[in-house]
Amino acid sequence: MKRIVILGAGTAGTMMANHLRHELDKEDWEIQIIDEREEHHYQPGYLFLPFDIYSPEDIIKSIKEFIPKGVKLLTAKIDQVIAEKNMVLLQNGDQLHYNVLIVATGAKIAPEEIPGMKGSEWQKSVFDFYTFEGSLALRNKLREWEGGKLVVHITEMPIKCPVAPLEFAFLADSFFKHKKMRDKVEITYVTPLSGAFTKPKATEALEHLLSEKNIQIESDFAIAEVNNETKQIIDYGGRAIDFDLLVTVPTNKGDALMERSGLGDDLNYIPTNKATLQSLKYENMFVLGDASNIPASKAGSVAHFEAEILTENILHYINGEPLKEEFDGHANCFIETGNGKALLIDFNYTHEPVEGTFPFPGIGPMRLLKESRMNHMGKLAFRWIYWNVLLKGTHIPFVSATMQESGKNFN
Amino acid sequence: MEKLIAGKSIEVNEEGYLTKFAQWDKTVGEELAKEANIDLSDRHWEVLNYLQTEHKNEVALSIRRIGKSGIVDIKEFYALFPNAPLKTATKIAGIPKPASCI
Repeated sequence: MKRIVILGAGTAGTMMANHLRHELDKEDWEIQIIDEREEHHYQPGYLFLPFDIYSPEDIIKSIKEFIPKGVKLLTAKIDQVIAEKNMVLLQNGDQLHYNVLIVATGAKIAPEEIPGMKGSEWQKSVFDFYTFEGSLALRNKLREWEGGKLVVHITEMPIKCPVAPLEFAFLADSFFKHKKMRDKVEITYVTPLSGAFTKPKATEALEHLLSEKNIQIESDFAIAEVNNETKQIIDYGGRAIDFDLLVTVPTNKGDALMERSGLGDDLNYIPTNKATLQSLKYENMFVLGDASNIPASKAGSVAHFEAEILTENILHYINGEPLKEEFDGHANCFIETGNGKALLIDFNYTHEPVEGTFPFPGIGPMRLLKESRMNHMGKLAFRWIYWNVLLKGTHIPFVSATMQESGKNFN
Repeated sequence: MEKLIAGKSIEVNEEGYLTKFAQWDKTVGEELAKEANIDLSDRHWEVLNYLQTEHKNEVALSIRRIGKSGIVDIKEFYALFPNAPLKTATKIAGIPKPASCI
């Protein structure tokens, strides 16, 4: 009996458990998945919780519910991966040998990286919305907040879901309009990038929306510290921005397990082949989702596309065949723009997001890089798809793992 | 497109970054620094040389990595190349503007 061990039962790990149990013979392969938590969180929901659009019940289910029969779920803390010995060491002292290791431990916020960020104002006037606790605390704050300077801020790239802070700014605009207090709130979007987004055409479209919604943008801002007394964020060049309410996306890092195991780079991401998803160092180790260092978005859609390709590659690996260099960095993201509308972007390593139609070329029904209600419906429907289709590893009809070039206006 | 820098015709992109590193030399770097209102000191050159070496080694450049490089800390990096140091320094060094991953 051989064994596949999956580290992490989040979006990526759960999908792999479902795919592989379906593909591999139970007589030959045991599959174990390890996570220290018992709850599975729908992370895109953290964006909606602060605005009372979703409630905690919409976001949280149990991990167990999504692990298929025939896969052993272990609720335990992982101490270390000893890759040379093909072994996972648990904190309770147990050892687990593997033939194939799949790392899907994700990324987490690390506010302690910036002096003052987790200071006396943390969860008083300085919030994150990348954790359930942060998002819930922010909801409670927003219910009572009477207005002032709202600063939406990104610490450094890469971050999970790079569009989420923009969506937060858009939804905030909409939220305060509905509360009839938009005139009491000044919204500023502060980014270390040179513009609203990383890719030129999407940046243009998004900056247009920012100005339309009267959201100021401060770019090229590399934060040095949060001053809790003066309530300012200050960058290395000395530029200071005042806030009454700071909603920040702290530095994102891979799991500290990578540091303990000597597997990660300086942000604890595992160096990974961006086309095959195999670790660059160990041939029986594969990495998907936010845990890898590949230059793709850290997003659930990416993990979904990766899972389809990685499943094939693990079968190739097991059969001693060459791996397919197939993953193209495909990402597909809805961008909530407020007032019941959203944008949709679809892109990969080499093609930036452009205008067009999706998923049917020339037809749609969704429009790429244009605001529409249909896109917003798509985003809301996605939560159902996530729980009922995506996690189970079922292929989403008409949406291919690699990006489709037709239906897009490149030039 | 072509741009006349230090008396030489040099290939640059729309943002003024060199597209052929082979066309770069110290006089080109000095000229580009002048355009950014920077007088290059020995410290500047140490940083520029470091960036060029990292580029040759195909290391993705980020402010964080430079801060941890041991060559220069972030505060000094900002003092040497004010405002947007990574963008300015890579332009002077004749290497591509770092693409922040997404």
